[in-house]
Formats: sequence, C-alpha cells, structure tokens
Amino acid sequence: MSEDLEFAFALVLSGASIGLMYSLIALGFVLVYKATDAINFAQGEFVMLAGMVVVTVLGAQAPLVAGIVVVLLVMIGFGFGLEKVVLRPLLGRPVVAVIMATIGIAAVLRGWGPLVLGIETRALPLPIGDEPISIGPATLPPIQVLGAVVALLFFLVFNWFFKKSRMGVAMRAVADNQQVAQAMGINVERYFAIAWAMAGIVSALGGVVWGAMLGVDVQLALVGLKVFPVVILGGLDSIGGALIGGLIIGIVESLAAGYLDPYVGGGTKDFAPYVLMILVLMIRPYGIFGRRQIERV
Amino acid sequence: MVGSSARRMAAQEGDYQLVVEGVSKRFGGVVAVQDVSLEVPRGAIVSIIGPNGAGKTSLLNMISGFYKPDTGRVVLEGQDITQKKPSDIAALGIARTFQNIALFSGLTVLDNLMLGRHVRMKSGVIASVIYWGMAQKEDIAHREACEEIIDFLKLQDLRKQPTAALAYGLRKRVELGRALALDPRVLLLDEPMGGMNQDEKEDMARYILDVNQERGVTVVLIEHDMGVVMDISDHVVVLDRGRRIAAGTPEEVQRDPAVIQAYLGTSRSERA
Repeated sequence: MSEDLEFAFALVLSGASIGLMYSLIALGFVLVYKATDAINFAQGEFVMLAGMVVVTVLGAQAPLVAGIVVVLLVMIGFGFGLEKVVLRPLLGRPVVAVIMATIGIAAVLRGWGPLVLGIETRALPLPIGDEPISIGPATLPPIQVLGAVVALLFFLVFNWFFKKSRMGVAMRAVADNQQVAQAMGINVERYFAIAWAMAGIVSALGGVVWGAMLGVDVQLALVGLKVFPVVILGGLDSIGGALIGGLIIGIVESLAAGYLDPYVGGGTKDFAPYVLMILVLMIRPYGIFGRRQIERV
Repeated sequence: MVGSSARRMAAQEGDYQLVVEGVSKRFGGVVAVQDVSLEVPRGAIVSIIGPNGAGKTSLLNMISGFYKPDTGRVVLEGQDITQKKPSDIAALGIARTFQNIALFSGLTVLDNLMLGRHVRMKSGVIASVIYWGMAQKEDIAHREACEEIIDFLKLQDLRKQPTAALAYGLRKRVELGRALALDPRVLLLDEPMGGMNQDEKEDMARYILDVNQERGVTVVLIEHDMGVVMDISDHVVVLDRGRRIAAGTPEEVQRDPAVIQAYLGTSRSERA
C-alpha cells in the first residue's frame, strides 16, 4: 500500500470510529422522533448529564461498574420523568411547542448540571489503557475502538428489538399511526415514555464513551450538535440511517481535516458536516433512508 | 313499527350488548352529532347509514373512544365506557376498522395481525425476559390464533408480504383480520366495502356474515352500498345532519318517508 493510500485508510478508519460514536448519540434522537414525532434539541445535554453523573459517582471512589449502573438507572428515570412531567401535557400540541420545551430542557440541564454536579473538567478514566490499537496500517486510540464497538452493539440490539420483539413491533405501530395503534389496544402514552427511556439508555452509554474521550464538563453537550447533520443525512426516523449517517459524517469530517486543513489552516472538520447536510437537504430533504412524506390535500 | 325480530329482541332490557344514549358532539360551531341513540342487540348486524356529513364516523369515533361525547354515554354490556381511553375500549372487546385503510404499512400481514393480539398478550416485558419459555408458549398460542384468521380470510399466501404492496381489496381484508385478532365482542366497521368492485364487495359481505354467524361477533357498520346494507343488516339506523331520523329493519327503513326524503331520493321506484 502506498503512503497516500495508507494515509487515506487511516483517515477513513478514524472517521468511521468517531462516526459510529456520533451514530450512538443520533440513535437517541431517532428513537424519540420515530415513536413520538418530537424533535429533541436536548440530546447533547442528555449525554452531558450522563457524563456528569458517571464522574460524580466515580468521584465518590465507587467502581466503574457502579458508575455505569447508576447512570443507566438515572437516565432511564430521567427519560420517564421528562416524558411524564414535561412532554405528556404537550400531547396534541403543535410540534413547535415540543421543540421549545426540549430547548428549554437543554438550557436547564446546561445550567443546572454544572451547578449541582461540578463545573470543572473532569476525566472519566476507563480501564482500557492508552496504547493505540493497530488496524492494518492505521492506529486508533482504544477509546475510539471501544466507542465504535459499543455503538455497533447497540445497533444490533435495537435492530433485534424493532424487528423481533413484541414491544418493538408495537412501537413501530405507534410510530406508524398513533390512532390505529390505540384502536389495537396499544397504550400509546406508555410507548412514548419507553421511547424517552430508551433515549436515556443510549445517552447514558454515549456519556460514558464521549466523556472518556473528551473529559466531562459542560462542553460535552456540544457533541449533540453533530446529531443534526447525522439524522438529516440518514433520515430523522431511520435507525439504519443514523448508523450510515454517522459513518458518513465521521468520515467526511476526518477527510476534511486530513486533506483540507493543511491548506486553509484548520477548522474544516467543524463545518464540513454542515455543508454536507445542506447539500442533502437540497437533494433529498427526507434524508437518505427517511420516510418520504407525501401530503394529500 | 313493531314486528321485526331484532326490535322485538331488543325490546327486552338486557339484550342490548352496546347502547349509545343520546350522545352529542360539536366541533366549534359545527354540530357533528346531535342527541343520537343506538341500541345494538347481542349478535346482530346493525348498519348506520346516511348522506355524507351525517355524523356516522363521528358516532363510531365516540363508541371507540377517539371522541369524548359532549353529552350522553356509551354503555358496553352494562359498563359505562364513555370516558375510557381508546386502548382500554379496545381491550374491553370493541375492535374497529377505518374508513381509509389504516394498516401499519411497514409491517407484514402477519405482524399486523399479531399487533391485533397485542392487547391479549399477558406477559409483560420483564416477565417475558424472566420466563422466556412462558412467553414463547404464549406467542405460539397467539400465532395460532392469527393463523386461524389467515385461513378464515384466505390470506395464506400473503402472510409475509408487507401490507403496502397488497391490492386495495386485500388490504381491506387484512384490516378486518387485524380487528378480528383482538377477539372482539363488538366489531365496528367504517365503510368496509368503500372503493371496492362488485366481486370484492360480495366477498366482504360474505366475510362479515361469517364473522357474525360463525364467530358470534356483533357487528356495527357504516356503509354506502344500499344493496349490501339491506342484504346483511338485522337493523338499520339512519342519520342525517347529525340526527337520527329513522331506525328499524331494512324493510321498515326503506319504507320510511323521512329516509326516502333524506337519503334515498324522492322517488321510491329508483330503489327497485
């Protein structure tokens, strides 16, 4: 393999692993949108909250396993509680009301999280070492490999859940047509709550892997910004789309950083995904895998 | 107008399986349904007819819980269900189909039917993880119930097909099957033959009669095809502009001057 190719391979591989970690967070967004039609602008803040919960538990000398168990329970409870207290009263209201509510939640979390759980940047050490892992001619930091593996595992689990499990099929029915789902005896509100709780689970794991990579402070919420190009690309309601969208965004980012940054002095990585997002909006506004909505009037 | 078997049966208190008592529903300034009552004898086929905008679907929506009536109540086998959620009403045994086919289009025929069983499934999520075997056993029983409906409606070859790909008449049939999967005591059908050709209508009429006679399900249906309505109904209720203007056997309703005026046109000979 020539040096150029090796460089490209390394960029793609690194981009793909980061991309999978984006997918993991985007998955939380998609689960909620798919089941409840709510656009969650607080997904990044969910991840930040999860990271803060983990470092707080670890700060009390508890083992990592305890941290993960606690953060899962907290985030599940948080998802259920949020749906019950904030979102259920907004059922049947215009979509913009729900959007405003999630923006409000985001602001509250960004203010309240550091206030209660600590403002300084804290490390979230995972027992995986610092030794880079070689894959072919490229090397990856172990946290990226772990993040990618966790993301893939989640996609396999959710894929099984929606295809095979009774609850997952019912959830697809709710996503497809709420009124008919009700006529089938499906308690739609219960499934809304479950969707938010699942977003909590995804955010909990997202908080662990992203917190381990970036350190935990209020800036961790910024990973949520990457959710939008990912889901616009993949389709707001497509789980497979979140996976592919994340991979594409991660790779585009990495290639932009590798090939364009030397010429323009850096920073292309941050806007390349949005350029791609705008292009996709122009060509396929419902995303690559999204459901094409045809309005009949 | 005494003399019809359905009405005689209905004259005795307690024979009504489903009773709608003077329900009204207005949307803003528009009165969709005004003080309408409906008595459905156990095991009967009752048709609701009327011109467009007469309030038929609104009435059905109040029975299945999608609309809460402003006045009046809905009673199923002595139990007031007026304020219950649609999902609870479905669980109590009132299943329905929709005017515009409302299948879950991304799912297969079998998955659509299995969703109809959802409400009959006992083991919850946690239980199905802990007692995996029990849930599996239950799944098999539900699968058998669905297979039986598939045989009944002759959908054998379409089990694994996504419903979006099916022809119109077949989708209507699958929707009937999904409603049957709930093991309903009362089946509400909103224009089960709407948009069908003559052959499909005849098939559907036969299925409705079989559902009623072989499976003992009480049927309330909205239908525009008068020929079908008069053929299969025990009892017909006529709505016009939100009000009930007549009720009785098909023969009685056909003779009723108010009905002829409102619905069938001015000349009786047109019906013959």
